[in-house]
Amino acid sequence: MVEISAPVSPVSEGANQADSVKMSARDVCVYYGEKQALFGVNLQIPTNEIMALIGPSGCGKSTFLRCLNRMNDVIPIARITGDIELDGEDIYAPDLDVVELRARVGMVFQKPNPFPKSIFDNIAYGPRIHGFSSNNKTDMEELVATSLQKAGLWEEVKDRLDQPGTGLSGGQQQRLCIARAIAVKPEVILMDEPCSALDPIATAKIEELMDELRSDYTIVIVTHSMQQAARVSQRTAFFHLGVLVEEGDTDKIFTNPDDERTQNYITGRFG
Amino acid sequence: MTTQMIFLILLLAGVAAFFYGRMRARAMTVASAEKFHSRPGHHGFYVTIWTMLPAFFLIVLWLVVAPLVVRWAVTNSLPEAATASGESVSLIMTTVEQLSRGVTQLEEEDFDRISSGAMTVQEVMRSKGVLVGSDAKPYMLQAAILDERLSANSHLFLTLFAGITMIGGFLYGRRGIAPRARARNAVEQVMTLGLIAASTVAILTTAGIVLSVLFESIEFFRMVPPADFFFGTVWDPRFSAPGRVGGSDGQFGILPLLWGTAYISLVALMVAVPIGLMSAIYMSEYAGNKVRSIAKPLLEILAGIPTIVYGFFALVTFGPFLRDAGGLVGFDIQASSVLTAGFVMGIMIIPFVSSLSDDIISAVPQSLREGSYGLGATQSETIKQVIMPAALPGVVGAVLLAASRAIGETMIVVLAAGIAANITLNPGESVTTVTVKIVSQLTGDLEFNSPQTLVAFALGLTLFVVTLGLNVFALYIVRKYREQYE
Repeated sequence: MVEISAPVSPVSEGANQADSVKMSARDVCVYYGEKQALFGVNLQIPTNEIMALIGPSGCGKSTFLRCLNRMNDVIPIARITGDIELDGEDIYAPDLDVVELRARVGMVFQKPNPFPKSIFDNIAYGPRIHGFSSNNKTDMEELVATSLQKAGLWEEVKDRLDQPGTGLSGGQQQRLCIARAIAVKPEVILMDEPCSALDPIATAKIEELMDELRSDYTIVIVTHSMQQAARVSQRTAFFHLGVLVEEGDTDKIFTNPDDERTQNYITGRFG
Repeated sequence: MTTQMIFLILLLAGVAAFFYGRMRARAMTVASAEKFHSRPGHHGFYVTIWTMLPAFFLIVLWLVVAPLVVRWAVTNSLPEAATASGESVSLIMTTVEQLSRGVTQLEEEDFDRISSGAMTVQEVMRSKGVLVGSDAKPYMLQAAILDERLSANSHLFLTLFAGITMIGGFLYGRRGIAPRARARNAVEQVMTLGLIAASTVAILTTAGIVLSVLFESIEFFRMVPPADFFFGTVWDPRFSAPGRVGGSDGQFGILPLLWGTAYISLVALMVAVPIGLMSAIYMSEYAGNKVRSIAKPLLEILAGIPTIVYGFFALVTFGPFLRDAGGLVGFDIQASSVLTAGFVMGIMIIPFVSSLSDDIISAVPQSLREGSYGLGATQSETIKQVIMPAALPGVVGAVLLAASRAIGETMIVVLAAGIAANITLNPGESVTTVTVKIVSQLTGDLEFNSPQTLVAFALGLTLFVVTLGLNVFALYIVRKYREQYE
């Protein structure tokens, strides 16, 4: 694949303003084999805001999220049509390097998935593969420390960085995964139901963390909890049966939605 | 009635009892207002159990005990002169038992001929088609008659008692059919015992094999000191000449054999591990479903080829090829060499490595792959730095299992490794293995009282301990790994 990011990145930095669009999707359809999972989704994701994707199970919100960093490429039977752009650049363009895209659009998964390595190596893994000078030991230690600090995990693990990441509690593991994603210095962080496996205290910590991260990153979160969407996000998109029903300011979606289906969902009539 | 006939009747009675019991229970269920605790089938089986099991155990017990009683009685009936003459009682009894097979055919005049001395017992019995030794004496004939009569009576009683027990059991079981009878619990208990018995058979067999090898080995170590066996560097057992009992002329050092085994296994692993592991990585990470569904079974066919066929291949094709190829580059390789046997054995164990590793790599959770991709890692970085470290313990287990397979492998090395017990580093030379020597020590005319033969058991025991240790270690590692993700 051809490296194309170098000439493009100045443009992206120029467009990096508070109310500008970070990613945009036009007419995105996704098929799993014969079955169509998404029907012509159009959505713009604003820079440095948290966008929540809500909807009942199987509505396509996770599918859409996985389109944003081409994680659906991993699934052999998935097929995608339409355009998705990151800073105005088509991420499905044939000459785009998917590895580089994923470094810019990081991801945190539903279930914490720390690698079977030490806490330190879990964080250092991403920077190392992207050529962060691994011979400079103190720089790496600093990067690991700042990433863990940003993820609010530093105080809890600073004395045991050499212990396996799999030995942490569920909430700690998820924050480790967030720290791992941050260490690569992405522009966008995708979160696929990051709190569904966590208890309320760990959830509160992660929500707090997301609010802090917002100043540096654009965040897209898929969540089953409408309270969580209302608490953390500035904009909300409601999916139903593979269709993007409605998208707008979180306050408006939760108080005065335009569509009846949205109204029914947020008042708990289905889903 | 023969014993087989008794068993057959018992079996048929059991089947009949089942249908009778079920039918009766059904009829009672319909007629009775009370709800039955167990299903009709349980009641049927309950009757079967009572019909068959007590009679079965009685017969088995009888068949074990009755011959002992008869033998005791016959031994006591022997004239004192016979036992006093110094002849072994067990030898006399063997002849008596041979005689007892023919005594029913003897007639009055045959006895007259023997008592008059006109014919010997042996001649008389031969005329009836029964062969006995020349040491058969007239008094033994009396014992044989007693033996025959007691045995026949015993059998008659057995038939009688077995029949009574069977009928009694049936009646007892039949009386048990009642609404509140817990037939299901009883039946399930008996079934559980049956299952336990079945699994005990495998365990007892293993124990039996180990013990028999162990006892023969102990016999060997009485003749050859263990230190000479385990630390000796010379393998030269000489010949086990019949009649030359206890001639410990040979030297029985196991080290050259262990060295050969280890060396060949090492070459085999050096072939199998890279090829097997790489094909496993390809199968689990890169290959599409179509390729995988065809290639994996094809690879596993290798495991289904009989090892003797690999042996042919090594002997006829690969060995000469290696020799000629070595000759071209000025490297002296014998047709039967470490390289020949090791390579062919390596090919044989590829499926062990690849198939197990493939399963283990596939079992690494998809979330780890996605987590790594999500950080912008390439597929090869993901495999090398995330998947393989996660799969490593399982892969090590797979390699150890393959190693224990290689160590115990026999046919390939018998044909391809050679028979000279060398300790050499040169892979082009011929060595021999523990298994080859077990085969050669146990082939031909044998006497199981010379160290030349018994050494095979000591070798087998050593091999068993080594492979058992490897297997236990491998299973321990694989299990530890499994716990991590399930």
